Amino acid sequence: MDDLRQLYQETILDHGRRPRNFGAMDDATHQADGYNPLCGDKVHLYLKVNDGVVEELKFEGQGCAISTSSASLMTEALKGRSVDEARDLFAQVHAMLTGKQLDDMAAELGKLAVFEGVKQYPLRVKCATLAWHTLENALAGGGEVAKTE
Amino acid sequence: MSTAGQKIDEVEAAVERLVSQSLADLRADFPALDQQVNGHPLAYLDNAATTHKPRQVIEAVANYYERDNSNVHRGVHELSQRATLAFEAAREKVRAFINAASKDEIVFTRGTTEAINLVANAWGGEGVAAGDEILITELEHHSNIVPWQMLAQRSGAVVKVAPINDAGELELEALADLLSPRTRMVALNYVSNTLGSINPVAEVVRLAHDAGALVLVDAAQATPHLAVDVQELGCDFLAFSGHKVYGPTGIGALFGRAELLEAMPPWQGGGDMIEQVSFSGSSYAHPPARFEAGTPNVAGVVGLGAAIDYLECAGIERVATHEHELLNYAEGRLREIPGLRIVGTAAEKTGAHSFVVEGVHPHDIGTVLDSFGVAIRAGHHCTQPLMERLGLVATARASFALYSNHDDVDRLIDALLKLTELFGDG
Repeated sequence: MDDLRQLYQETILDHGRRPRNFGAMDDATHQADGYNPLCGDKVHLYLKVNDGVVEELKFEGQGCAISTSSASLMTEALKGRSVDEARDLFAQVHAMLTGKQLDDMAAELGKLAVFEGVKQYPLRVKCATLAWHTLENALAGGGEVAKTE
Repeated sequence: MSTAGQKIDEVEAAVERLVSQSLADLRADFPALDQQVNGHPLAYLDNAATTHKPRQVIEAVANYYERDNSNVHRGVHELSQRATLAFEAAREKVRAFINAASKDEIVFTRGTTEAINLVANAWGGEGVAAGDEILITELEHHSNIVPWQMLAQRSGAVVKVAPINDAGELELEALADLLSPRTRMVALNYVSNTLGSINPVAEVVRLAHDAGALVLVDAAQATPHLAVDVQELGCDFLAFSGHKVYGPTGIGALFGRAELLEAMPPWQGGGDMIEQVSFSGSSYAHPPARFEAGTPNVAGVVGLGAAIDYLECAGIERVATHEHELLNYAEGRLREIPGLRIVGTAAEKTGAHSFVVEGVHPHDIGTVLDSFGVAIRAGHHCTQPLMERLGLVATARASFALYSNHDDVDRLIDALLKLTELFGDG
């Protein structure tokens, strides 16, 4: 049970149950779909980017506690950050999830550190990165809807 | 080397031991079941995905490679003869296992998926025209959907889908209404891999034949749990996989009625499937060789033969009774879990229970159970259209085999109680 609590931290369970910034956005400047065909998890991400700054983020979708809480915490972490900072943070999250050395100079993980336990579960890493890959596609695709498959 | 007489005595003794043993004792034949997973003894309840293999099957494969390894149907040397005899003896075992009229009606394939693709390509390659109809059901696995969609794309045929009710039972009347003079093939599973529903295949065959259509049965989830008799069912094609009946992966079989196979063109070209080859053209061998191009999975075939021997010694009726009792026991115990709902409540079920737990995604169920050594499947089970029909994204599924027991079910229940503790409102 202790190992499990390491994975399913209270913050993860909380955001899994009650995701923040959940819902549609009418005036999004960027959006993308994320889809994991292996497990069926889906996320649709909306961004409002103004002058290189991510002002608003919202998401919709269905997924496990890890993927839902990851999307929820990502939207909280990125609000008000520049697009470059958002990409840096993804690199940090990715390094943490795959057990790589973190870049001390890069952005602080803050609350996102709760996902560190996921690295012990290689099959679940994709759950935690789904929202982030979708973010990357949304930023790369401008106003277009991108697919991650 | 033992003499032939000693060998027969040994085999008879082994059969006697298997037949006289209780099913509970047979569990010891499966080495993979005897291991710790995440600090707990393994409770393996993912048998619909694949079953574990008894020592007898593992040894048959090892013996083949250690003594008889050779190519089949060619070469006059001793090893080639042994390999060919073992290969063709296994074909006879498969014939008897599903009660086909002739062993020429048994084609070895990589598994159920390849068998269905073979029919969709070879049978479907001739005479399926634009506007013809293929009828499948909402219960189908992707392997019994996609090959027909591909055929439809090539030929202009149309794929129609017979509905189920909310319990997960096929709506026979609706299926009958969907049959038309244009229906060429009805393709359905015998047992749903996701819900465990048993389809009334014999009745579907009657309806389909009355409408002039052929019937292909995906029996991948039936052969482990039910006595399958192609003559009694009256079906035209039937496919199953070795690895779901305690045999190796990468081997399965297609049954096709002799006159249908005889009329079908080859699917793949190569060695073993020809009569004569010249640069001006080639003529093809008779079935089943026509559909077995290239060096086959001989070790897999030998292993499948050993698996069928094993299952028949265990007694398919005895296995069915045991698994039915276990399915009922599991149903009662699953209902003890707060917030749990069993998905698929057909009157006739075998092999598996799918379920969902309120507020917990099936993948989280799978991970939590795994941490207690309980292996189940979580996901869409390669039945995304069925999930959509049921209004679900995924389910958790516990599935049983002849070696499953009450302890496995109790372990599942204990782990589910831990899950509700962990995910309970905090």
